[in-house]
Amino acid sequence: MIGTGTTARARRPRPASQSLAMLLLALIVGLGGCDGGAPAVPALNWYVFDEPSGAFAEAARRCAEQSDGAYRVVLQPLPADADRQREQLVRRLAAGDSAIDLIGMDVIWTPELAAAGWILPWPQDLAQRARAGRIQATVDSASWEDRLWAAPFTTNTQLLWYRTDRVTTPPATWDAMIRQAEALGADGSIQAQGARYEGLTVLFVSLLASAGGSVLNADGSEPALPEEPTRRALAVMRRLARSPATPPGLAGAREDQARLAFEAGGAAFMVNYTYVWPSARANAPAVARHMHWARWPAVAPGRPSRVAIGGINLGVGAYTEHPELALRAAACIAGAEHQRLAARRGGLPPTTAALYDDPAVRETFPFADLLRATLQDAVQRPRTPLYNDVSLAINRTLHPMANIDPERDAARLREAVARALHSRGLL
Amino acid sequence: MKPADPTEERLGWLLCSPAVLAMLVVTAYPILYAVWLSLFRYDLRFPQERAFVGLANYAGVLTSPVWWESLANTAVITLGSVSLELVLGMGLALVMHRVLFLRRSVRAAVLVPYAVITVVAALAWKFAFDPVTGFVNPWLGVEHAWLTERWSAFVVIILTEVWKTTPFMALLLLAGLTLVPQDLLDAARVDGANAVQRFFRVTLPLMTNTLLVALLFRTLDAFRIFDTVYVQTRGAQGTETVSIVGYHALVTRLNLGLGSAVSVLIFACVVAIAVLFVRGFGASFSAQESGEDGQ
Repeated sequence: MIGTGTTARARRPRPASQSLAMLLLALIVGLGGCDGGAPAVPALNWYVFDEPSGAFAEAARRCAEQSDGAYRVVLQPLPADADRQREQLVRRLAAGDSAIDLIGMDVIWTPELAAAGWILPWPQDLAQRARAGRIQATVDSASWEDRLWAAPFTTNTQLLWYRTDRVTTPPATWDAMIRQAEALGADGSIQAQGARYEGLTVLFVSLLASAGGSVLNADGSEPALPEEPTRRALAVMRRLARSPATPPGLAGAREDQARLAFEAGGAAFMVNYTYVWPSARANAPAVARHMHWARWPAVAPGRPSRVAIGGINLGVGAYTEHPELALRAAACIAGAEHQRLAARRGGLPPTTAALYDDPAVRETFPFADLLRATLQDAVQRPRTPLYNDVSLAINRTLHPMANIDPERDAARLREAVARALHSRGLL
Repeated sequence: MKPADPTEERLGWLLCSPAVLAMLVVTAYPILYAVWLSLFRYDLRFPQERAFVGLANYAGVLTSPVWWESLANTAVITLGSVSLELVLGMGLALVMHRVLFLRRSVRAAVLVPYAVITVVAALAWKFAFDPVTGFVNPWLGVEHAWLTERWSAFVVIILTEVWKTTPFMALLLLAGLTLVPQDLLDAARVDGANAVQRFFRVTLPLMTNTLLVALLFRTLDAFRIFDTVYVQTRGAQGTETVSIVGYHALVTRLNLGLGSAVSVLIFACVVAIAVLFVRGFGASFSAQESGEDGQ
């Protein structure tokens, strides 16, 4: 606008274009004045998934208020799907975007963003405070190479949900669950996640950890995938996919298909995150009356299951113009008070262990003790900057689950994960 | 061709130089840059590890079963959708050409699917074939999770493509039909040729060029299919196309070297298809139709 105005004036000085240019100039200067004037409040952009209940927005507003005009927070909503959130963020971070101040980071991004230098490490004192009282697995999810890179905010993990009118005692293992479901016949289906996406990686990592194995070795440089546990995990996946108790849509099922099918009443079991509880109570009260929870099934009898941890940690973009303020804001938003708010209003489980004793939180999560116990034993998905490649390698190799051959696929999986770790070839 | 007049030729080049320049900037530069990037190990996450690796990325792609599988999938989708579109598009073109009443309404109605955004069309058909929310299963009286098995997923993807782009094919063929002189058809009729004979002996031979151009355009377009597959299966169930493989390497894995190698190979396939059509089948772009073919 200004450009065309000034060239017009230079060429042919006419009062109209001159005054227009002056007006534009005045406007620009005026706007600049508002922005750069003395009481300017820096705006921190918080990129986070579009939380539907408004709990995040409320937390951000309260923190800005408490800061006494030091900063304000502008929510920049991202898509609901973690893959697409990452897609949008990493390209901007790779380009050094200074408009990214705060990031609601999925737990699996920490090594990648930290190793690439796209987020800032937390200084010792702040890190100390951010770790205090948090469930250890949530702190681990925000750490990389002995440093803390984000404040654990909300967490999540899967539980086993079952129908008390069809099942008297919840099964302790996958084998027992599949047997029970098959005995129930038409009403006994098991709802799980079998589509080729992150959820399939979660299922495999949880089964493998429950069988006593891990995907990567201790320093994350090579695949571990010990023979016996890997075979056992794969055998469970195959058995589940081929059982008559499993609905035919398993190869395309994500969390939400499982939730909807359970709410429709045809299922006896479901492995899923805690959001299914408020959802069932709101959408299918008749089902919710008979809905109960138990520990995610184990693979080996006597060895408690270890389930992959999820959730959102608050990190600070490396190119922000306000690193100190952003750290302050992140610590404030992730504070216990706002975790309680996110739990009460948004149904997102807190990362601070003591909150699971809070009456308000326990009202939201009647399964609070089980959830905390599961989280305390939770397993991290592979910790490597190449996590996305590794996850792609896992879910591509193991899909569809019905075609898994434990012997052959254990070897294929090791090969695929090794290729991913060394960025070799396509996945 | 025409005898070359040097001044006229110079003027010709001068007149098309802005277009050539624009094409160089928006097409040639990105393509050459992609070729350049494909020679490096270059991960956006670890820019300091960038290194020249020659043709290693190409070796990585070409020795990978993922590439060949996706190439076969792309071929299945391309052949399936383009051949169906050709038959249906010809039918629609004949209807549009011969329709006696409501001519404009018919032509407008045929074009509606082409005006729908691909992602919207893909989602609409995904829901239509969904075992819970869709209308296809009840209509056919079957219970089938279409998008969870390979061949039925191909059927859905190809049908979506056909539904969406047949109008485009029909429009190109209609242009060819209008070029067939009515005199010839009348003469054939006087000689006693029936409608079928007139179509196959007179109309089709006169349309060869239009047919080949239409096929070329659609083949190039279909070969680069991305959105329909991404929306409907995300490449699962063995329906991954080459564009999705490239997308995973570039956008998900941030591997610029490998992803660029995939892009360059896709480009090479597209060029090969164009050359095959132009040289092999003799498709030519007559003076009025001359223009850029594909990319």
